[in-house]
Amino acid sequence: MLFCTFFLKAQENVVVFAKYDDMSPQFLKNNDTLYVVNFWATWCKPCVAELPFFLEAEQFYKSEKVKFLLVSLDFSDQLEKRVLPFIAKNNIKSTCFLLADQDANGWIPKVDADWSGAIPASAIFKNGKKVHFTEGNFESTTDLKKLINNHL
Amino acid sequence: MKQFLFLAVLFFSMSFSGTKPMGYGVGDQAADFKLKNVDGKMVSLSDFKDAKGYIVVFTCNHCPYAMKYEDRIIALNAKYAPLGYPVIAINPNDPISNPDDNFDAMKERVKEKSISYPYLVDSGSIYAQYGATRTPHVFLLDKAKVVQYIGAIDDNAMEPSSVKAKFLEEAIADLQAGRKVKVATTKAVGCSIKPKA
Repeated sequence: MLFCTFFLKAQENVVVFAKYDDMSPQFLKNNDTLYVVNFWATWCKPCVAELPFFLEAEQFYKSEKVKFLLVSLDFSDQLEKRVLPFIAKNNIKSTCFLLADQDANGWIPKVDADWSGAIPASAIFKNGKKVHFTEGNFESTTDLKKLINNHL
Repeated sequence: MKQFLFLAVLFFSMSFSGTKPMGYGVGDQAADFKLKNVDGKMVSLSDFKDAKGYIVVFTCNHCPYAMKYEDRIIALNAKYAPLGYPVIAINPNDPISNPDDNFDAMKERVKEKSISYPYLVDSGSIYAQYGATRTPHVFLLDKAKVVQYIGAIDDNAMEPSSVKAKFLEEAIADLQAGRKVKVATTKAVGCSIKPKA
């Protein structure tokens, strides 16, 4: 599976993870970097609306220990048809994953026990632990930056 | 002092419940509603006189997850309505922000898919009362309209053929057998509900 995901990365801008547990080591790390993980999908209007806030914040924190990960929950058969064209069209250079884990009831509570599974949703991880979770969208880049500053 | 403390606690719990989304948990008594169906008639749970339970599904037209489940919801109604467990679908989305979810689009979908269960417009914020946050989001009620299961239809939105656990059907089987529902809540990815502002 690992081979498969990295093989895909070599070809595309999006790493596809079949299982949440294969993806989580990417942000559950024992270091003091802040990992801002956004769960979105191309079909999710409020997700698409708040993506620019994440892209702007990513630029803002470029020289800080803050890493942004965009996790698409599009169906994996939509990768070529929708996700890659969307990322190209919007010139998104962030680290992009597609989580194809269909056992949502298994992985959603691992992100946050109170998350219903509705997107958008965002989580912040530091030192291998979740320090913040939001179900719903941000109103502005300022809102997002305020939150990130609280955890820097 | 005690009284003051009580008032303070009351105040805090009230202000807390004001910010946290309300909603039902398993074991709560669900409220009936009266909402407009695609045929223009009003529908309530109490219209189903012989129901042994109710499969209340918050769903919509536009959401890819809801669409993935559409055929499965139709099949559920075909299987369980004759057994006394009808599907009642409620669309909580704002038709302005999502024109695909407007009344005409709902009527169109019902016609196109020959949907025979009610597909209701949530003009009464019933989704909020129930605590639905996404589409699709299922609430299984027993005969007395007590919530017995909240969550997903099954464990694989993408591929019906890869489903391992049919959460809702298992919950209905528990109800049919007069047992306590074993897996009473499940989570699933879905589209956040976009109600009228």
